[in-house]
Amino acid sequence: MELKELYQEIILDHGKNPRNKGKCNQFNHEAKGHNPLCGDKVHIFLKLNSEKKVEDLSFEGEGCAISMASASILTEIIKGKEYNLAKKIIEDFLNMIKKEIKITINSLTDDQKTTIMSLSGVKKYPMRVKCATMAWHTLTAALEEKK
Amino acid sequence: MDIKNIKSEFPIFNQKINGKPLVYLDSANSSQKPKAVIDRITKFYETEYSNVGRSVHTLAVKSTNRFEETRDKVKEYINAKHREEIIFTKGATESINFIASSYGEKFINKGDEIILTELEHHSNYVPWNFLREKKGAIIKFASMNKQGEVEVDEISKLITKKTKIIAITHLSNVTGAIIPIKKIVDLAQKNKIPVLVDGTQGAPHLKIDMQDLGCDFYAISCHKMYGPNGLGILYAKKSWLDVLPPYQGGGGMIDEVTKSSITYAETPTKFEAGTMQTAEVVSFSEAINFIERIGIENILAHENEVMEYGLEKLKKNNSINIIGSPKNRGSVICFTIKGVHPHDIATILDDDGVAIRAGHHCCQILHEKLGIAATARASLGVYNTKEDIDILCNAIENCKKVFNI
Repeated sequence: MELKELYQEIILDHGKNPRNKGKCNQFNHEAKGHNPLCGDKVHIFLKLNSEKKVEDLSFEGEGCAISMASASILTEIIKGKEYNLAKKIIEDFLNMIKKEIKITINSLTDDQKTTIMSLSGVKKYPMRVKCATMAWHTLTAALEEKK
Repeated sequence: MDIKNIKSEFPIFNQKINGKPLVYLDSANSSQKPKAVIDRITKFYETEYSNVGRSVHTLAVKSTNRFEETRDKVKEYINAKHREEIIFTKGATESINFIASSYGEKFINKGDEIILTELEHHSNYVPWNFLREKKGAIIKFASMNKQGEVEVDEISKLITKKTKIIAITHLSNVTGAIIPIKKIVDLAQKNKIPVLVDGTQGAPHLKIDMQDLGCDFYAISCHKMYGPNGLGILYAKKSWLDVLPPYQGGGGMIDEVTKSSITYAETPTKFEAGTMQTAEVVSFSEAINFIERIGIENILAHENEVMEYGLEKLKKNNSINIIGSPKNRGSVICFTIKGVHPHDIATILDDDGVAIRAGHHCCQILHEKLGIAATARASLGVYNTKEDIDILCNAIENCKKVFNI
């Protein structure tokens, strides 16, 4: 059933108990994203250290289970990653949602791959794709934020 | 006509959605179309189509006549005084933009005030914002009460010598509140202020009589009235149309054009620039015929019966919060389910063939006041039944199961 693929346990769990919610300490990059059609909002905070590593990462926001789970999963996956790797994961994630491409990043654990793949259920719901991608686009904006 | 079997007149219901019968509860967004309207579009294109008001050949005469016959029909249906008071637009949005632009250009200046309400759809706020940005006009919002209504006193409080227009919805697309337009018009007339009514939600459900309401402008969305998409109507008192400047320029709306100057046609032609939505206008006659065959009072009574049944049933469900409790509610039930975001509700309900809308319904001011970003909305049309409500309630239970509530 497609509905079960969309609302997998991992997503329901992240939606209900979001990880890394709030403003992380000493964030030095941030960006806001929103979907004007539905009103979903996300605000990404991250600390990029002198070695260009995402030392800390968190989010605030409100929206549907998919958008909040996606933001929560994103913080878990990207936290601790080096800038270029973070960008590669974002690219891979967006390709996975928009095309039939599997996540190939070697540095992700199998658990992390399963978690991130749990969001691929939205492919069958074109109107909900933005819910899943909003946080990731916002993360890109935060990483690129000029200081 | 038996209203209970009305679904059979709508071909859209001859299909399954995700393997289930379609339960369409999104008519406040757009209504479905009866076969008579769909057939009229086909017949028009097959036998009568041509551009209107320009050529002299046989088809041009036919299509021009059909087009103008709809104007007469609308005039009768809304009880306008003159056929020239009916202007075809691309939707209620354009009807409001027309007045904001044309009336605003001529009569609204820096420091002048526009009264709206917190209930307004973005289409009855954004066009006025243009005047705030361009001319320095001031927009005031009449407050919504806890029941989701706007009381006449709230509008009365805002009126000053600077008030240049009151623009207000007839029926809220979120709380369902039916606004006492006549009382507001009385108040406005005493202060010599024109009133624009956004009839997008009102016209499909209520009897609309321009002589009774007395408003200066009334905006109608035809696709919510069982009519074709891409068509709206602006009713405006002739005394206004005679003095308002054209809203758009183009073919068909001119009187005489020279290199040094242009004069414009008489109303309504002056306000219908370019090629109009011909098949849409012509087929809208059939939408009015459809409504008249049943009778708008019967439609309203039927929708109220289904709505009351729905409200009662949803109120019994402890996880559901219904938005607004207006004394006079029309055809709209907005709700939230504790622990499930409205978008998730909409996706899960769709799996059961139930079409609703989720989001802020283009009313962010109202949702901000409610302190919630989004709601789920079940809205009714003539084809809905109590059985539809039962299916909705079962689907809501499935929704709670998915979220382990």
